[in-house]
Amino acid sequence: MDLNYTDSERAFRDELRAWIENNIPSDWQGRNSAGESMEENFAYLRAWQKRVHQGGWAGVSWPREYGGRGATLIEQVIFTEEMAHAAAPPLANVLGLTLIGPTIIAHGTEEQKQRFLSRILSAEEIWCQGFSEPNAGSDLASLSTEARLEEGHFVVNGHKVWTSFGWAADWCELVARTDASAAKHRGLTVLLVDMRSPGVEVRPLRQMTGESEFNELFFHDVRVPAENVLGAVNDGWNVALGTLMHERATLGAGLHVLYKRQFDRLVDLAQTIRRHGEPVSRDPVIRQKLGQIYAEIEIMRLNQIRSISRVSQNGTPGPEGSLQKLFWSELNQRFQQVAQEVLGPFGQVEKGSEFAFDDGQWAYSYLRARGNTIEAGTSEVQRNIIGHFVLGLPRSY
Amino acid sequence: MQFGLTETQQMLKHEARRFFPSECPIAEVRRLMETDGAYDAALWRKLTEHGWTGILFDEASGGMGLGLVEMAVAAEEMGRALLPGPYFSTVFVAGALLNALPDGRGALKGICEGRSRATLALLEESACWETGDVGMSLRNGRLNGTKLLVPDAATADLILCVARSRTGQPTCQDRTGGQAELVIAQVCSGAPGVSIRRMPSIDRTRQLYSVTFDDVPAEVLARGDEAQAALDRAMDIATVALVAEMVGGMQRIMELSVEYAKTRKQFGKPIGQFQSVQHQCADMLLLTESSRSAAYYAAYALNEGTADARMAVSVAKAYASEAYREVGNRGIQVHGGMGFTWENDIHLYYRRAKASEIAFGDAAFHRERIARTVVDGRAAQEAAVGSSRSM
Repeated sequence: MDLNYTDSERAFRDELRAWIENNIPSDWQGRNSAGESMEENFAYLRAWQKRVHQGGWAGVSWPREYGGRGATLIEQVIFTEEMAHAAAPPLANVLGLTLIGPTIIAHGTEEQKQRFLSRILSAEEIWCQGFSEPNAGSDLASLSTEARLEEGHFVVNGHKVWTSFGWAADWCELVARTDASAAKHRGLTVLLVDMRSPGVEVRPLRQMTGESEFNELFFHDVRVPAENVLGAVNDGWNVALGTLMHERATLGAGLHVLYKRQFDRLVDLAQTIRRHGEPVSRDPVIRQKLGQIYAEIEIMRLNQIRSISRVSQNGTPGPEGSLQKLFWSELNQRFQQVAQEVLGPFGQVEKGSEFAFDDGQWAYSYLRARGNTIEAGTSEVQRNIIGHFVLGLPRSY
Repeated sequence: MQFGLTETQQMLKHEARRFFPSECPIAEVRRLMETDGAYDAALWRKLTEHGWTGILFDEASGGMGLGLVEMAVAAEEMGRALLPGPYFSTVFVAGALLNALPDGRGALKGICEGRSRATLALLEESACWETGDVGMSLRNGRLNGTKLLVPDAATADLILCVARSRTGQPTCQDRTGGQAELVIAQVCSGAPGVSIRRMPSIDRTRQLYSVTFDDVPAEVLARGDEAQAALDRAMDIATVALVAEMVGGMQRIMELSVEYAKTRKQFGKPIGQFQSVQHQCADMLLLTESSRSAAYYAAYALNEGTADARMAVSVAKAYASEAYREVGNRGIQVHGGMGFTWENDIHLYYRRAKASEIAFGDAAFHRERIARTVVDGRAAQEAAVGSSRSM
């Protein structure tokens, strides 16, 4: 056991830190969004990714031959953590970089790699995932979007939901049914779909927070060239599963840095807010709750280092990613509740009122955290995965 | 960076995993817990022969001089096997304390060689894990007073007693009113004036006693700041060893429960096929693995002397104290009626979980300690850079 960085890991970090210091946009500091509209903000993030790419830091974990940096998993975590420490803007093409790019690298043809990968890195082409459907959420394999092969093209018809970045995307990693007669896991195929194809319709999906982070996608007789199949026809479940494993393994990386920063801010607020004649930070009940949240954020960090160490020894991310996902999503809900208790009645005041703490960020985070145990696989599905694939209990469904 | 066991540590783990359940199987645990002291001379001899009593101490003291991560590896397997009796008090508590004292080395040799067992007498009526409440009096080299909840006192040869010296130079204020210096005094348990009485308690595998000292001659091993520093060090080490043990206990409950869920049938299928049962098992794994991350990090941090070492200890103990109890709750629930019988082994772990939760400070105690650093410490930091707010 050795938690010190190796010389090369330290060199990687120092080089990255120097780059961030010289390149981080000064007008972003302390903000969550650039510009008034979603489009304006996205254009800003896209420009930022381009700069990151030019600096040679986009797709750090990707092999060098595809424009990445060939970084080890641990260096990848260093990258995410350093960006989070510096409070850098997020990368616009996050799904392409962390989920879809690695899936193309694993399953794509050489032509597909040449065609798509460098444009993912440069944010020239933005990607989204067409996985969930109105009647296929947790039971993803029962999806009904169909792709029929006709004269060298797949003709796609169906309806996808919960598509992050759908409105901004140029391309979509789509899972569709290509063999209705096969068992439900065996008749699926992954297609790379041009979002500008005739018959693709994107609609905003308004969430309980009031935002529209997600979209609904509709496909009406959309023609997709057969060479855009990723992996083999009817092997889509395996291809998609690889993406989902990446999702669970990487989604949480760096989150503990963000939580820790939010926690420190909450502690500062706890020292200025007074109740019963003294700062809330002196209230023994609040102290207990803050102590617990601190401990859990720290354990989330430690769990991550441990699982990254294990993955870097054994290769690909496995079902243990579900443990991480379960931990951070449930922790964040407890954390946001404690934050509300610290802030008191003004915690509920939203953006736009001068009485809101931090421009309503806490009210927003409280609502947004509610989605954490649902997105990227519900807590129930994660527990099913742990029960069956990790503990070896019989399949329940 | 690598958060995992080295090859040598893996070998130690395999050896420990084999040794403890085979030398002290659960039937033997059950036999010993019905005896006063839960001690067996033959088992102690084997522990000594295999070097377990010397694991923490350097070769000059007769030990193996292993690090604290290795200690955690061994402790985890002891906890999994529910090793009963005075080992923990002797090696991980009293031994760690003697090891932290310049004058303690002499007694360590006896421990390494298996000739003596020892315990730490800290708590009094206030049952507080901090030394501020210690009121036991040492005057003219003699101890008077009663220590409570002293583990394994009946089988200890040496009792290390935390007391207040009423004759030396007064240097620190205690909460009992008078000015007196903290001391660590060593007493022979067989000395006239020492009386030891059992305090029957939930964990029968590690028994608790009241120890009354009536004008008992004691040898002072350390005083004042030196005593406090040694005690802090020993308590940190003992707490990490305990958390590692708790991880082993959680691991065992989880293994037993998952196995039971695979074989026990109701409604024509294994109960482990029902999601309500499966999810209990998934939670056990999450709690166990998270406790394990915290335990091994604390062991590593303490061994390396990192700046956050004491915080890491409190994080681990705060989390594992509740996790072990929760794993126990879920384990018994999965076993249904069988889990509530005397015959099933889970309650032995459930009992150990409660005793472990309490020892060296429960979750609330350690959360408050965390708050002192991350809440009050942050205010102090900010005041230091001149950005303090008006209160």
